Amino acid sequence: MTVEAQRPMFDTNEMVLNMGPQHPSTHGVLRIVLHLDGERVADSDIVIGYLHRGIEKLSENRDWTQIILLTDRMDYVAAASTNLGYCETVEKLMSIEVPRRARYVRTVLNELQRIASHCLWLGTHAMDIGAMTVFLYAFRERELILDLFEEYCGARLTYNSQRIGGLPLDIPPGWDRKVLEFCDIMDSKVGEYETLLTHNRIWLERTRDIGIISGSEAVALGMCGPALRGSGVPRDVRKDEPYAAYDEMDFDVPIGDRGDTYDRYLVRLEEFRQSTRIIRQGIEGLPEGPFIGKVPRLIKPPAGETYHAIESPKGEIGFFIVSDGRSTNPYRFRVRSPSFCNLQALPRLIRGHLVADVVALIGSIDIVLGEVDR
Amino acid sequence: MVDIFVIPLLKIVILLNAILVSVSYMTLLERKVIAWVQSRLGPMRVGPRGVLQPIADALKLMIKEDITPAKADKWVFTLAPMMVLVPALIVFAVIPFGPEVNLFGRLEPLYITDINVGLLYIVSVASLGVYGIILGGWASNSKYPLLASLRASAQLISYEVAVTMTLVSMIVTAGTLSMVGIVEAQRESGLWFLFVQPVAFVLFFIGGLAETNRAPFDMPEAEQELTGGFHTEYSGMRFALFFLAEYANMIVISSVATTLFMGGWLRPFPAVEALGFLDLIPSWIWFISKTFAFLYVFLWIRATLPRYRYDQLMRLGWKVLIPIAIGNVVVSGVVKVLL
Amino acid sequence: MGEAIAFYGLSAFILGFAILVVTTRNTVHSVLFLVANFMFVAMLYVLLSAEFLAVIQVLVYTGGIVVLYLFVVMLVNLKGSPEAHEDPRRLARTGLLLSGAVLAEFAAIIVYSAARPSSGATVSDAGLSDVGGNVEQVGWMLYTNYLIPFEVASILLLVAMVGAIVLAKREL
Repeated sequence: MTVEAQRPMFDTNEMVLNMGPQHPSTHGVLRIVLHLDGERVADSDIVIGYLHRGIEKLSENRDWTQIILLTDRMDYVAAASTNLGYCETVEKLMSIEVPRRARYVRTVLNELQRIASHCLWLGTHAMDIGAMTVFLYAFRERELILDLFEEYCGARLTYNSQRIGGLPLDIPPGWDRKVLEFCDIMDSKVGEYETLLTHNRIWLERTRDIGIISGSEAVALGMCGPALRGSGVPRDVRKDEPYAAYDEMDFDVPIGDRGDTYDRYLVRLEEFRQSTRIIRQGIEGLPEGPFIGKVPRLIKPPAGETYHAIESPKGEIGFFIVSDGRSTNPYRFRVRSPSFCNLQALPRLIRGHLVADVVALIGSIDIVLGEVDR
Repeated sequence: MVDIFVIPLLKIVILLNAILVSVSYMTLLERKVIAWVQSRLGPMRVGPRGVLQPIADALKLMIKEDITPAKADKWVFTLAPMMVLVPALIVFAVIPFGPEVNLFGRLEPLYITDINVGLLYIVSVASLGVYGIILGGWASNSKYPLLASLRASAQLISYEVAVTMTLVSMIVTAGTLSMVGIVEAQRESGLWFLFVQPVAFVLFFIGGLAETNRAPFDMPEAEQELTGGFHTEYSGMRFALFFLAEYANMIVISSVATTLFMGGWLRPFPAVEALGFLDLIPSWIWFISKTFAFLYVFLWIRATLPRYRYDQLMRLGWKVLIPIAIGNVVVSGVVKVLL
Repeated sequence: MGEAIAFYGLSAFILGFAILVVTTRNTVHSVLFLVANFMFVAMLYVLLSAEFLAVIQVLVYTGGIVVLYLFVVMLVNLKGSPEAHEDPRRLARTGLLLSGAVLAEFAAIIVYSAARPSSGATVSDAGLSDVGGNVEQVGWMLYTNYLIPFEVASILLLVAMVGAIVLAKREL
């Protein structure tokens, strides 16, 4: 009886609303069952697994280089980051030294990917709240990045852009100049997004004080990335455990203070600017040298296990690999995906809010179902 | 005989045709304007640069299967779209497009009629538009569309109060309820009422946005994706009628705003003699241009602004707009008495 | 002549819709017939040169009051005939009693006003004289002769509004 007393059931008022797997606002196949008390969400159940493809099991039957293709398809919005995280984990297990040029280009690609992912986040988040023009403006910029990637590795979405030990290709001639031009364009466009949204009264009313979560609660729920930083927790893997060339880069990590949707929005908006800063440093300081390290023809890491995490646009993405030293396939491949952990916080975030805010909050935590379900 | 029957009938026929064509081309205009704001082109295929798109849309909707849900009330289901569109159309009977002009040797005023309670007529007919929305939701015979339609109609009724209060202050300023009289009053004072009553103008425009369910007040329409709105069960031409009614309402609000605040068919600075050459442009062209400017602003706002949540929308109407509107009436009355 | 045709035609519609209001089984249809009834009454007002009243009839009655009737009817969702166990003869007896009382009251009013025609004449004379237009005439009447009833009615409406909000809010 005491358990039921926590949530009084009003027969006439409580109704169950299903935001089904196919829905324009859930950004993928996510099902949320809302228990509504009148207009407010009393409780919710999140149902995932609609995009589960068995990537972790599949990897047990692929060799170490083939798994890079699988990692593309997890967070399909930020494939280069996922590639990077996986390759670095295997390099860590095999103690491979990645040449400096490769590390710089990897950093540039990771930051370009961050901008691309945030563009998609901004466009869809704004569109859910009603500002549909921002969607097209953000995608216009994302197109520029996709063009850069296409020039580099030939693909627009699933890049396969890293190899264990470095990069598959060197950057094409003139690519670095194009990247610098893109950075200039991007900086002015971020100003455009700010003009449209940041001080807009309607935007403020829709995002201020919506989904407030304190830093300690966010840490307890396992949140990561910009969603965590919006609540004031200064955790960024690029600063805390630098990888690629981040220890040589000079950049700031934006931190929010209230932990509401508006702060998470501001954090990601500032990350646009910091990313262009890092990219400029990466391109201008690009050293000469090989683009891939000394890697054996057949990749067979020694027996052992390791965990390595990087800061993908969504948050901290971690890879745990176990190698048995004998076969060319991993014994176990496990991904700690940031979207999965951030999604855990969603029921806590939407409790007490109106149905219209649920859509805003799903956008605010920035999930990709490919990563959640794997 | 001719004067009583033929001429008004002719005017009605011309006006109805013009309005219905405008309303269907508003759909194209909206898609084009929003597309251009968003760095894209909009419909381009049908006809040269997409000009024939509304005709294609109309044809498509007309040949769609006409489904009536089995358990729905057949009469009410059919009546609802009509009850939204008809009030929007009959408002045009009192909107003055121009003064008396010389047409084929007769002196004819460019409006169907000028009743002495014209402005009140417009407000009362607009209030009838609520029925179509309520009945549309009810006729769908299911809980969510009904609740959604009640929400949408509650929004309409709330903003009606604010808009009516604003119109009261305009009546005080103009001293008459007749639409032609208001335009004449602007000509006599030499100033568009936009400059005399800027607060009323802003209030009327915001209230007009909410009345026509346009962004940023279109949450009832947007939440359809989630809970199902009042026109879930409608398909084909009936569905089209709901949206044509929305565009017709937009044109009504724009025309009324033009008449009340922008001098109707008057040229800019009607009292200044030096600008007399502007009289070469016919009066109705001025009227249509001003209305078009308002419509463009409607579309511009839709492309730019995010959407208000329903409770924020209602709070804005009741706690902000209505007090300001009432205050405006009081101030207008005081100023009118003192001057 | 034309006026007589218009009057009798409108009256036929008004009475017809009124009968439909009370005889229809479906409550929502009943309310819609009421709407039609009010619209024709508004046309009758136009016939009497009371344009202001006609527009106010549409705006307030049809566009406000009946909309609220419709809200209530839809949310309560009365469909079909009354409960079977109710005694139909008792219903008929109460109905006859009430309608008889109302009829007697109407008859009394008509007889009373027919016996004193003078007060009616002054109002109609003032209508077409110096003060131009319907609206101003009604306005003058309201703010001079009938000021106190006007204010009392306003206060009543205010009290009703506040009362409704107090009853409906969950927490103040």
